[in-house]
Amino acid sequence: MVEINPILCKSCGYCVRFCPKQVLSIGKTRNKRGFFYPELSDPDNCISCAVCATVCPEGAIELPGKGGENDG
Amino acid sequence: MAEYKRSNLIADAPSGYCPGCLHSLATRLVSDVICELGQEDNSINVISVGCSALNLLYWKGDFLGVAHGRAPASATGIKRTNPERLVFTYQGDGDLAAIGLAEIVSAANRGENFTVIFANNQTYGMTGGQLAPTTLIGQKTTTTVYGRDPAVAGYPMRMCELLNTLEAPQYIARFALNSPKGINQARAGIKKAFEYQLAGKGFTFIELLTNCPTNWKMSPLDTLEYMNENTIPYFKPGVYRDKEAEVK
Amino acid sequence: MGEKRFMKGNEAIAEAAVRAGCRFFAGYPITPQNEIPEYLSWRLPEVGGVFVQGESEISSVNMVYGAAAMGTRAMTSSSGPGISLKAEGISYLAAAMLPAVIVNISRGGPGLGSIQPAQSDYLQATKALGHGGFHAMVFAPYSAQEAVDVLYEAWDYAERDRNPVFVLMDGCLGNIMEEVELPPMKELDEPPEWSLSRRNGRDWQGNITPIYTEPILEGLNAMAGEMYKSWEDDVKVEEYMLDDAEYVIVAYGIAARVSKEAVDTLRARGVKIGLLRPITLFPFPKSNLRNLDYSRVKGIIDIEMTLPAQMREDIELQVMERCPVYEYGRSGGVLLDDDGVLEAIEGFIEGGENNG
Repeated sequence: MVEINPILCKSCGYCVRFCPKQVLSIGKTRNKRGFFYPELSDPDNCISCAVCATVCPEGAIELPGKGGENDG
Repeated sequence: MAEYKRSNLIADAPSGYCPGCLHSLATRLVSDVICELGQEDNSINVISVGCSALNLLYWKGDFLGVAHGRAPASATGIKRTNPERLVFTYQGDGDLAAIGLAEIVSAANRGENFTVIFANNQTYGMTGGQLAPTTLIGQKTTTTVYGRDPAVAGYPMRMCELLNTLEAPQYIARFALNSPKGINQARAGIKKAFEYQLAGKGFTFIELLTNCPTNWKMSPLDTLEYMNENTIPYFKPGVYRDKEAEVK
Repeated sequence: MGEKRFMKGNEAIAEAAVRAGCRFFAGYPITPQNEIPEYLSWRLPEVGGVFVQGESEISSVNMVYGAAAMGTRAMTSSSGPGISLKAEGISYLAAAMLPAVIVNISRGGPGLGSIQPAQSDYLQATKALGHGGFHAMVFAPYSAQEAVDVLYEAWDYAERDRNPVFVLMDGCLGNIMEEVELPPMKELDEPPEWSLSRRNGRDWQGNITPIYTEPILEGLNAMAGEMYKSWEDDVKVEEYMLDDAEYVIVAYGIAARVSKEAVDTLRARGVKIGLLRPITLFPFPKSNLRNLDYSRVKGIIDIEMTLPAQMREDIELQVMERCPVYEYGRSGGVLLDDDGVLEAIEGFIEGGENNG
């Protein structure tokens, strides 16, 4: 399941644009730098494909598993 | 079920890049691959001038800030004296293809065993969007306000193709970062280049087609379409040189 | 006792650098310094060092920048036009606080100038080696042996200060063959903690940068100013027959060598003349010149192998109009000769103050 870190988001919209299941949308809340960040608006249909994490320039979206090789 | 965890080689804070800038994506990709290869403490990022210099505040591994265009020279000094280190330069198109043309061509020609990460956004982002060697024909910049005219500004320079005329380079490839597919291919290419370097094979060159929403004066999403329609047809993605594959 | 050899000045510089621990050299061919890269191209690999012939002076100094960042003792050499191209890199070395040694075997200038020896780069070396208002210590040896001694200590100063060190010679000194006594190979320490090397066991992030936020840059520049002042303790100067001198020649490098001959000749003729020879041009031996007994000294004679004289302003600042300052020189690659120097000095003495 995707985990969105609002602090890192700059509202570019890439995650929403490329999500194959359209489960993400730009929310109505601003982060402290003034950017509207995405929400997982349809979590039931998220397939954890990580496309959103792949296209996020800032690495604001993570999909924590049971311990990936990048841990630490 | 895919997993993704942000690497600890980049700051736990927003980058200095503008919203939608694929520079920050390129930096993140490189940091991911270095972590995947377990090279966090062994890598050195040779950070050049331009928007790449925003890495000075973002990169959490060892780094050396260098002069405009000279990263391949400074990387030569690092790698020749410390061959065990994973050394890469991170350069933009003004830095690499204009002021640093002698340095990149000569380092490639010597077959220096380091990796060049070349972010090509077709403009000088940091200084406000002037004509770059890679600016497309007709593309407007602050020094080509009516669009690049080849009669006075020449044609966009293709660095992969240019370097591919040299004997020494081991791996030369171009990837476009405007789609998930291109990003995944880029990630694999960066990994391959670093593996070549760690095996001591020689010079590796990764060109990443990026954007500049701020200076192209487009929304981030529009830049991705612009790249599909204009950038990618001129700067064709692909693996231009893969010495290992040639042997097989 | 060291090892004695008969060597060209340029080769002596190169061998002394190796013995001082230099393990990286990058350079680009330019006359009259070519023996330095040529010698090091085979000599450095013998001691596990690295030689790279760069594609330009610009790239060479930036290779040195990279090697120096790793804590390696690194050097580049060139001559006037090439030093101009290195100016950017030398400024970056100073900004990033990296120790390195730069040697200028100078020739006639400006421009491409001539390939024959000249001392036309004094102002560049002592006032502005690059943009941004920084200084490097500038040594000006006047023999192959003194060049060996200077190079052997150069990195000790550079690493003490974390600042580049500059050696200014000329094509004469680079190419004359002389007997030199070579010191033993220095034992190398581990790369310093500030360097990007991990061979010293460092396990934290290292970074070196030539760009800073404004308040930090201001602070670093102020600290650099204090460092330049501290160099007053490092002044090296030779005072030759000054005790009773009524005329004092100020000359460095090859000009000092010719001037010393002139002092001997004129002393034999009964002229009370001496030589003040700066070995460090920056720091300039200010107090030696300022504290001369001007009730006795009738004239200061600035002899340089360049026209117009470049050291004159530094001299005048210390003489403070207490006696006339004369200048004599040749330029463009035309060499100083004994007769010309003697004739000029005798002319100044006979002409007295009218000639000042």
